[in-house]
Amino acid sequence: MSGLHTLGVHEVLERLNRRECSSEDVVRDLLGAIGRIDGTIDGYLSVGAEDALAQARAADDARRQGATGRLLGVPIAVKDVLNVKGQPCGCASRILQGYVSPYDATAVARLRAEGAVFLGRTNMDEFAMGSSTENSAFKVTRNPWNRDCVPGGSSGGSAAVVAADEAIAALGSDTGGSVRQPASFCGCVGLKPSYGRISRYGLTAFASSLDQIGPMTKSVRDAALLLQVMAGHDPHDSSCLPDPVPDYAASLVPDLKGIRLGLPREYFVGGSDPEVERAIRAAIEVCRGLGAQIVDVSLPHTPYAIATYYVIATAEASANLARFDGVRYGTRATGAEDPIDLYKRTREQGFGAEVKRRIILGTYVLSSGYHDAYYLRAQKVRTLIRRDFEQAFRACDAIVAPVAPTPAYPIGEKGGDPLQMYLGDIFTVPVNLAGICGMSVPCGLTTRQLPVGLQILGPALGEGNVLRVGHAYEQAGGWNKRRPPL
Amino acid sequence: MNGSGMGKYLTTIGLEVHVQLKTQSKMFCGCSTDFGAPPNTHVCPVCLGYPGALPVMNRDAIRLTVISGLMLGCRINPYSKFDRKNYFYPDMPKNYQITQYDLPLCLGGGVEIEVGGRAKTIGITRIHLEEDVAKNLHYATWSGVDFNRAGVPLMEIVSEPDLESPEEASAYLLALRQILTYAGVSDCNLEEGNMRCDANCSLRLPGRTALGTKVEIKNINTVKGVHGALAYEEIRQARALDAGQTIIQETRRWDADQENTSSMRTKEDAHDYRYFPEPDLMPVALPAEQVAAWKAALPELPKARRERFVAQYGLPEYDAQVLAAERAVADYFEAALRVIPRAPKAVSNWVMTDVLRVLSERTIDIGRFPIAAEALAELIDLAETKVINSNTARDVFALMLDGGGRAGDIVKARGLAQVSDTAAIEKVVDQAIAENAKSAEDYRNGKAVALKFLVGQVMRLSKGKANPQMATEMLVARLGKG
Repeated sequence: MSGLHTLGVHEVLERLNRRECSSEDVVRDLLGAIGRIDGTIDGYLSVGAEDALAQARAADDARRQGATGRLLGVPIAVKDVLNVKGQPCGCASRILQGYVSPYDATAVARLRAEGAVFLGRTNMDEFAMGSSTENSAFKVTRNPWNRDCVPGGSSGGSAAVVAADEAIAALGSDTGGSVRQPASFCGCVGLKPSYGRISRYGLTAFASSLDQIGPMTKSVRDAALLLQVMAGHDPHDSSCLPDPVPDYAASLVPDLKGIRLGLPREYFVGGSDPEVERAIRAAIEVCRGLGAQIVDVSLPHTPYAIATYYVIATAEASANLARFDGVRYGTRATGAEDPIDLYKRTREQGFGAEVKRRIILGTYVLSSGYHDAYYLRAQKVRTLIRRDFEQAFRACDAIVAPVAPTPAYPIGEKGGDPLQMYLGDIFTVPVNLAGICGMSVPCGLTTRQLPVGLQILGPALGEGNVLRVGHAYEQAGGWNKRRPPL
Repeated sequence: MNGSGMGKYLTTIGLEVHVQLKTQSKMFCGCSTDFGAPPNTHVCPVCLGYPGALPVMNRDAIRLTVISGLMLGCRINPYSKFDRKNYFYPDMPKNYQITQYDLPLCLGGGVEIEVGGRAKTIGITRIHLEEDVAKNLHYATWSGVDFNRAGVPLMEIVSEPDLESPEEASAYLLALRQILTYAGVSDCNLEEGNMRCDANCSLRLPGRTALGTKVEIKNINTVKGVHGALAYEEIRQARALDAGQTIIQETRRWDADQENTSSMRTKEDAHDYRYFPEPDLMPVALPAEQVAAWKAALPELPKARRERFVAQYGLPEYDAQVLAAERAVADYFEAALRVIPRAPKAVSNWVMTDVLRVLSERTIDIGRFPIAAEALAELIDLAETKVINSNTARDVFALMLDGGGRAGDIVKARGLAQVSDTAAIEKVVDQAIAENAKSAEDYRNGKAVALKFLVGQVMRLSKGKANPQMATEMLVARLGKG
């Protein structure tokens, strides 16, 4: 059988349910596609072919015996930041080389319980720090639409393998836009749920108060299904919300009647690439045509979001990454004279430049004498940003905006200027700071044939409306069916 | 007054006492807190600081800390939170410790001590909860880390600088230990490292209100160590001041073998811990009703129990103090007393002399004492009602210690019941006089000690069962006034 690798989650499930193919067939097709394409995309860090085939055969056996998992036999690619028992979890870093997960992340365990097959590990910016996947210690992933361009990041590997049909669906993580921005750059769907909607247990922490796991898929419906399976209370994560998980599939209706869509004034001030803005405006008109009412909203503290984000995220990261010291797992530098020397050598050799930059920045903002001016002030601004959104969501049910000011840019273009790259996160980081949910849905191609994503935001636990807007738009707009020229 | 003869200076001491809480599982994961398991057998991704692992609060650790706070008269913070304290050391799995910085669970409170007949209250600044670190093990050519202890809940009790001598410091530590074991929050077992302490110590001239430069002493793990370290430090600082030197603000390590302190680090290389709120844990809200419910169920404080033993049972102060020193012993005493409430002094005597002697001989605690309180009460009852005499009672006690069964059964099986039948004793008395004519004669001639000998003979002939008082009276009657 061929072409199975091009399918989405629901399409695979339909074929499996109709016994038109087996999970093993799907995995074999994917392995074939990966073998043909990934040499030019470099989306995967590792693919456990034999392991994936064994999981697929087990799923096929289970199906023959009447098992009915909601994802039974569906292969999923996983960003290298999530723990899957028995697989490496290296966070694209040298410091975790050789580390094999002794446990499943809760999100992974829930997918596994529904029969999902874990195919391989996708490339990322080291420890999810970056917006282009150029910060991986091992390889630079290329954008399937234009291999001279970045796939976005940090979940660039997951976005690229979904867009290039090297995966049925993938998992990413989003701390400041790391699911939505690569989804936008590669032309797939990327959902960042509200903070606490999916358990973070087993997600290697970058910034604990901002991190969320999110699905990266070929349709909004697929994202809704993966969210449905992963969401919900987890006793292993105190920040995970106890609220019941609604039936997201019920939100997937074809119109937007009665929906008020907010346009944040500050996100349309001419700072974006004209082609991006044109695509977003066109998408908004499609939504209007589907019955949505368009209203203006204001998020006045937007200009402070980047600075606030890089203070809070790096402060938390400086502590979160302290555990990588060569004592218990991962690589350990040789020739150390004492424990402190061991740390210095291991971390000097193990971390890349961007990770070191952020650890030093985070250490600085927490230091005695600077703590109040940076960390404490950033927390206060964070509260103001959260209030901006609370205020805005009184006037609308969802907000629509660009995901990023630009489409994918050439590899190497921003690598030398971290600040320039940080500024590309302006439309995504406020969402993490506020703890609300957001999704990127493909909404057009530039003249250079690079995808543009429409960002749809909802209040905390407002995934239902975000999925509804995304699905209705997707049905009417149809950009998610476009595939890169491979 | 100065406790160590350093008469010239006033000593100011504050203690930070770390107490391991008696929870089943660790503070942030389900691993066992049992002591003494092979290294790295009570570990999991959470307490090893694996990538992606998250802490989850052990509510029982919160409860035990609040109970400690209530026992020590603290205010309980209705809103408390946890923070990360950042520093690198191989015994720290995450290279940050989860602790409480500015909003601890308990504030204020105090401990009463008595030294040299003078009672005073030592103020408590705060009590907070944190996780214990692992244990580093050093060998000839390498070192290892045992993470079994990493993540065990640790309560830190910080005192006010109210202590004025090493004697007061050890009295405070003992009083604290007594209260905490009473509260059942910790075993406070020093050998197992359940209780550890750091001390701050400074000297100043009388009349000066500002405190002298403070030196912190770490690694003090015994009550004896507290006294030794502070006594050493008092002399060291006094000599330095006498020599016109200034005291350096520093952290020193107590060496229990060398019995001295040595510099670990000075203020210049003090850590910047870069505290910030722990984003993985939610703040702790303690509703007033919850705290009130815990407060209502608190055990009696040692001092209150001592006073009650005097007032309620009419025991001497000394007895009350010995019996109430340990909650388990006091509980044992009261359990026995419930069976024979008419004889508090007799029960007290048995517990204080016989029970405590066996505990000390066998170095066991009362939880492992082989005779149940109710069983001991039965034995005391037999002695009090003169069913057996006191010597027999001690023999029965020894048999019971070795698993001989109930007192009543032993007495019955071995025919040890005291003979109080006049005719039977008279028979034995006559026999004793007949067999020891010389002693009888001596007694009649005014040699009082001969009577004691004859009583002994009666006891021997009766195999110890004769009521010794009756035997004495009959001998006197038979032989006439000596």
